[in-house]
Amino acid sequence: MNEPAPRALTTLASKTAITLTLNGSDTQLEVEPWTTLLDLLRERLDMTGTKKGCDHGQCGACTVLVNGKRVLSCLTLAIMQDGAAITTIEGLCTGDTLHAMQQAFIEHDALQCGYCTPGQICSAVALIAEGKARTRDDIRELMSGNLCRCGAYPNIIAAIEQVMQRAEQQSR
Amino acid sequence: MTSSYIGQPLNRVDGRAKVTGEAKYAAEYNVHGLAHGFIVSSTIARGRIVRIDSGRAASVPGVLRVFTHENREHLPSYDRDDEHSFLPLRDAKIHFSGQPIALVVAETSELARYAASLVQVEYSHEPHVMDLNTRRGEAYDPKEDEDSASSTKDRGDAQSAFTHAAVRHEAEYTHPCEHHNPMEMHATTAAWHGDGKITAYEKTQGAPRSQKYLMKVFGFKKDEVRVIASYVGGAFGSGLRAEHQLFLSVLAARELARSVRVTLTRQQMFTIGYRPWSIQRLKLGAGADGALHAIGHDALTNTSRLEDYTENDVGWSAALYNCPNIKRSYKVAQIDCYTPADMRAPGGATGMYAIESAMDELAYAAGIDPLELRLKNYSEKDLNEDKPFSSKQLRECFRQGAQRFGWAKRNPAPRSMREGNELIGWGMATGIWEAMRLKASARAVLTYDGKLDVASATTDIGTGTYTIMTQIAADTLGLRIADVTFRLGDSTLPPAPIQGGSFTAASVGPAVKAACDAVREKLFKLARNVPDSGLANAKIEDVAFVDGRIALARDPSLGVTIVGAMRYGNLKQIEEVAKAELAEDLEKRYAMYVHSAIFAEVRVDADFGSVRVARVVNAVAAGRILNPKTARSQVLGGVVMGIGMALHEETLADHDLGRFMTHNFADYHIPVNADVQDIDVIFVDERDDIINPLGVKGVGEIGIVGTAAAIANAVFHATGKRVRDLPITLDKVFT
Repeated sequence: MNEPAPRALTTLASKTAITLTLNGSDTQLEVEPWTTLLDLLRERLDMTGTKKGCDHGQCGACTVLVNGKRVLSCLTLAIMQDGAAITTIEGLCTGDTLHAMQQAFIEHDALQCGYCTPGQICSAVALIAEGKARTRDDIRELMSGNLCRCGAYPNIIAAIEQVMQRAEQQSR
Repeated sequence: MTSSYIGQPLNRVDGRAKVTGEAKYAAEYNVHGLAHGFIVSSTIARGRIVRIDSGRAASVPGVLRVFTHENREHLPSYDRDDEHSFLPLRDAKIHFSGQPIALVVAETSELARYAASLVQVEYSHEPHVMDLNTRRGEAYDPKEDEDSASSTKDRGDAQSAFTHAAVRHEAEYTHPCEHHNPMEMHATTAAWHGDGKITAYEKTQGAPRSQKYLMKVFGFKKDEVRVIASYVGGAFGSGLRAEHQLFLSVLAARELARSVRVTLTRQQMFTIGYRPWSIQRLKLGAGADGALHAIGHDALTNTSRLEDYTENDVGWSAALYNCPNIKRSYKVAQIDCYTPADMRAPGGATGMYAIESAMDELAYAAGIDPLELRLKNYSEKDLNEDKPFSSKQLRECFRQGAQRFGWAKRNPAPRSMREGNELIGWGMATGIWEAMRLKASARAVLTYDGKLDVASATTDIGTGTYTIMTQIAADTLGLRIADVTFRLGDSTLPPAPIQGGSFTAASVGPAVKAACDAVREKLFKLARNVPDSGLANAKIEDVAFVDGRIALARDPSLGVTIVGAMRYGNLKQIEEVAKAELAEDLEKRYAMYVHSAIFAEVRVDADFGSVRVARVVNAVAAGRILNPKTARSQVLGGVVMGIGMALHEETLADHDLGRFMTHNFADYHIPVNADVQDIDVIFVDERDDIINPLGVKGVGEIGIVGTAAAIANAVFHATGKRVRDLPITLDKVFT
């Protein structure tokens, strides 16, 4: 026993330089090839607003926006996002002003423990941008990749509907 | 106390922190010099480790240490064989599949995880049993049985009454093992301070309890270990006990003299406590008019070989129904699993599933409307101990719930309602949960700028504790919400019980009020001395604290501001600590419960048997509702978990391997957004002057109690098929 561990997997020095536009700021980083976008955010950059709920792409807690699209950051290797624009929950506010979706989540009590909340909000923002949801059932279906064990679903729907309706009114 | 905030649907005071990502959970404190631990879990259910080789893992550059039972520090607690006796890495013995057998600590989380895969283990197997069904013959009366001591007392002669009853129903109801699965995985960041002291950022429902655990297990003095749980990403009972990660992170931090974080993986979340399997036999005998003559309720749940886990499955019928003859039993049987744990409404969610399903079957057997049957047997006192209720507005729950739902329009015949290809079913059930109150304390500090800081070592696992305590404090002193801060989740704060049992509002609320009342009295004394305040001859009951002023209630123009009174008294701050608890004689004299009536509509696909819950009305009587917005969310969440219990949730075991196999969110289905449609929550007025000065009960658990039965009863009404084995999956509906 005590044979050495496979070298390729353990060489700490094999880092690659990438640039991410992270919440609007160009950020130069050196990442190991196995580092997920989620672990990069949470453990290297101390941006813990993005949550880890399963690490298997099954719960949606890690949802962030990559070039405006919702992506599961636990299933995304950081090294593959070179040049991408990443928006996390920390980047949704404008100064002290909350994003309309964040405000709607507070008003409708669309959260309890708050752990799935950043992922829900990022997912909801992208859902509206996708423009596919027409009915309440559509929203339910298209938000079903974001689990909430506290069971805030009816309030999450109410919050999203409010933001959608206001967006529609403004675009008229 | 003037109520500007209490009873109002205020937004969560911690809402902003949660929607911006600022709220920090246990695994999110990236302290200096942090190392990462990854747990190696056993792959067998029972036996011994013959050889554990961590050489390859330890040789990976960046790995700091691999802890096993062979090299960990010896703790005196390893030699003790007391309550909660499972400690990871005690010895070579394997008690359950997934048992932590090593901890790999490395510079990064990826390295720790990778190196953990290199730890090689050889076992000697012993035969295991994981199927409760095969252990029925080994069932026994549990050793520590506080839960069911009074709940299994006999009353009258149930067997004889059952034999002679005009209408009889007897059946067995089962439900599977379920896992809590809070969205945040259990984690501890053990911050090492260099002087032997540790701060553990821990996922727990009670920081003081985790602190006591660490003191007991590691021999820390109280000032050497602090536990912080400012935000907890759900728990539902999984955080009542210290789980593997707390022990292992602190063990590693002590030995490495370094901060260490250990997070369970989602798969490892299935190696901690769970709602046990249960097998329940119900016997109901009634007269032709539906009056209950006999109730028999025998429950069997599994426990581990490590200790007896018990819950109150059978105590509810005597609190709910007026029946002269009751016989109940509660037994446990050991299987080779980790010990079960309390999961949202432990015993209540499961016991009431069986009772309320059986009541529905009795209603059909007697040809009586299920709601009529409940009213016919409505109990005006708790027959467990012959005590009156402190309050009970269940009748009003039935009335308002039925009205909102449209129950009167129900055709009782199964398969009588259909829309297109969907069979429609309407079912109902009753819910009941204890309204407990425990001793709690709080501190209130009012500073000269008119800001109030209130603190208690309680927890907010998503319930709204931050918010309701802020409301209580603000109202007691007539301050604006923005001027009040409530802190919790820290073992250095005034002691409070764990957050569980739906008792936080009723326990900590009165302590917060008492601390603020003490500040109020001091302020009042100051105010009386202020010249021209007009309060010189006033008594405290003559004044109101409103908008930062202390003023005569009958003439609010007379008074003084709080800031003014403190300035006059030359005080920088007023600090008061208070304890509060229920008087013992009240506990002896009254039975205290929360009640609910649940009405559910299901839609069953006529071809596939797939069930969806189209709407639920849940009418709750829980005393005074401090915040209808957060309280509604609690009940909603309970109903959603009840939908999961009824239709989805089941941790399937591979009995050959002695292991849970559905240990991820793809295989263990919790309700998703599309599974949940209309849920209507009603809070009926219920005044309770006995339970506590606020008249509040608690709503954390009542939402799940009875929900699964209401849905199961609706499935029967839709299809004519009675499924007595949860969850009600499509294979059971049409076979």
